[in-house]
Amino acid sequence: MGSAIFFVLAPVAVLAGVLVFRVDSMVRATFLLLVSFLGVAGLAFLLNSGFVGGIMLLMMTGEMVIMVVFMIMFMMNPGGLMPMKMVHNQRFSACAAVLTFLGLAIVILTVRWPAPKGVAPADVTLSIGEGMMGSKMLVFLTAGVALLACMIAALALATHRGRYDRYGDDLDRKTPDDAARGGVGR
Amino acid sequence: MPDVTVWWVLPVLPVVALALATFAASLDAVLGARVAGRVVALDDVVTPVREGVRLLLTQRRTTRRPDSVVWRVGIGMVPVVALLAAAVIPLGGAGTALSDLDIGVVWWTAWLALLWVALYLVGWGGNSALSLVGGYRFVAQALAYEMPLAITVITVALAGESLRVGAIVEAQQGLWYVVWLPVGFVVYLLTGAAAAFWGPFATPMGADLAGGVTVELSGVDRLVFLAGRYLVLVVVAAFAVPLFLGGGAGPLLPDWAWVLLKTSAVLWLLVWSRRRLAAVRMDRFEEFAWVVLIPVTLVQLFVVCVIVLSTGG
Repeated sequence: MGSAIFFVLAPVAVLAGVLVFRVDSMVRATFLLLVSFLGVAGLAFLLNSGFVGGIMLLMMTGEMVIMVVFMIMFMMNPGGLMPMKMVHNQRFSACAAVLTFLGLAIVILTVRWPAPKGVAPADVTLSIGEGMMGSKMLVFLTAGVALLACMIAALALATHRGRYDRYGDDLDRKTPDDAARGGVGR
Repeated sequence: MPDVTVWWVLPVLPVVALALATFAASLDAVLGARVAGRVVALDDVVTPVREGVRLLLTQRRTTRRPDSVVWRVGIGMVPVVALLAAAVIPLGGAGTALSDLDIGVVWWTAWLALLWVALYLVGWGGNSALSLVGGYRFVAQALAYEMPLAITVITVALAGESLRVGAIVEAQQGLWYVVWLPVGFVVYLLTGAAAAFWGPFATPMGADLAGGVTVELSGVDRLVFLAGRYLVLVVVAAFAVPLFLGGGAGPLLPDWAWVLLKTSAVLWLLVWSRRRLAAVRMDRFEEFAWVVLIPVTLVQLFVVCVIVLSTGG
C-alpha cells in the first residue's frame, strides 16, 4: 500500500514541478508548484511524519496564496491575467539544473549511507517537539526572533507611509490621516 | 497509539455531512421566508432539493476563453477539502472518526486552508472581472481570519495537551472548553464563519459583485460549489463539538445523538446569524482581526499555557 502511494505521489510531484515551466499562465504555474509540494507533503505522511506533512500542506498553501498577493503588487501584469513565459535565462538555468542534478545524483550514489539505528519513536510529533524545544530551544528562539525582527524591519523600510505620515511630525494628530477610513481606532 | 482507519465511517461520513448540509440550506431558506414576511411553506423547506434538481437539469453556460481546467479544479476542491477535513471529526464516542490521527487538529486546519486556493481558482478560472474580484476578496479575508482561527485551535490543543481530536474530547469531560475558553469559542465561530465565507463574511460572493466568485457558475458547477460551501459550514460547526462542546458527552441519549444535536445547534446558530449581522467590509475586518482578535487569542493562549504548566501537565 505504502509503495503504491509512493509511486503515485512521486511522479505527481515531479511532473507538476516540470509543468510549472511549461505553462504560460502565472496562476497555473503557481498552483502547479503547490501540487508538487502537496505531493511531497504526502510523502512525509508515508514516512509516518504526519506533523511535518500537515504543516507542509498548511504552509505551502499559505505561501502560494501570499504569492498571489505579491503577483498583484509587483508584476506589470495585474492579476496575472496575461499569458507569459515562465522561463528566462535558459542556457544558464539549464546548466545549473543539470549540474545540480548530477552533483546530487553522485552524492546519493557514492555516499555510504549509515544503517538505521534504534527504532522510530512511538510519537514522532512529540519527539520533533522535544528535539526543537529541548536542548535546541535557544537556537530556535534566537533564529525565530531574528527572523521576526527582519520581517518588521523589511516592512518598515518598504511601507509607503509610516506613523509620521499618519500622525504628523510630532505624532500629535488625534485621528490618523489615512487614505481609507474606518476600522479600529477611528 | 497507532492511527486506525475505521472503515465503516467511510460511507457514513459523506451521507451525514450531506444531510446536515441540506438541513442548513433548508433552514436558511425557511429563515429567509420568515424575514421576507411570508408564511413558511413546504416549498421553502424543500428548497435545497428543488434547487439541486434545477441546477442538475440546467445546461452549463460558459464564458469567453475560460481557464476550464483551473476553474473546474477549483469548484471540485470545495466539497473535497471539506470532506477530507471531516475525516478526523468523531461521529459519536471514541473511535468513530474515520481516522483519529495523532495530528488531527493540524489535519483539519491544513485542509480547510486549501479553500483559499479553491476560491481563488474559481474566481480566476471564469475569466470574468467580477468573479476575479471575488476571488481576491477571499484571499484578503483569509489573511484576516486564518491567524486567529489557527491560534484558537492551537489553544484548544494545548488545553487538551494533544493534537489528537479524541484526546481533546477526553480531556474536557470534567469541564467543556466552551466554559473554560469562552473567548476562544466566540473567535472560533467568527473565524469559522469567515472560513466558510458565510453570513457577514460572504462578500467574496456578495451581491455588490453580482455574485462574486459564483457569478459565472451555472448548472452542475454551481450545484457542486454551493453544496461544497454548505459542507464547509457543516465541517466548521461539527469541529466545534469535539473542540469546545465535549464531543458526544451528555445524559440519556447515545453519543452519536448528542454529536448530531450539538452540531445542528451550532449550525443553526451560524445559519441564523446570517440574517442578523450586516456584511463586513474586508479592510475593516482585516484591521479588527490583526489589532483585536490576534492579541486577544494570544493572551488566551498565554493564560492556558500558565494554567497547563501550573497544574503540572
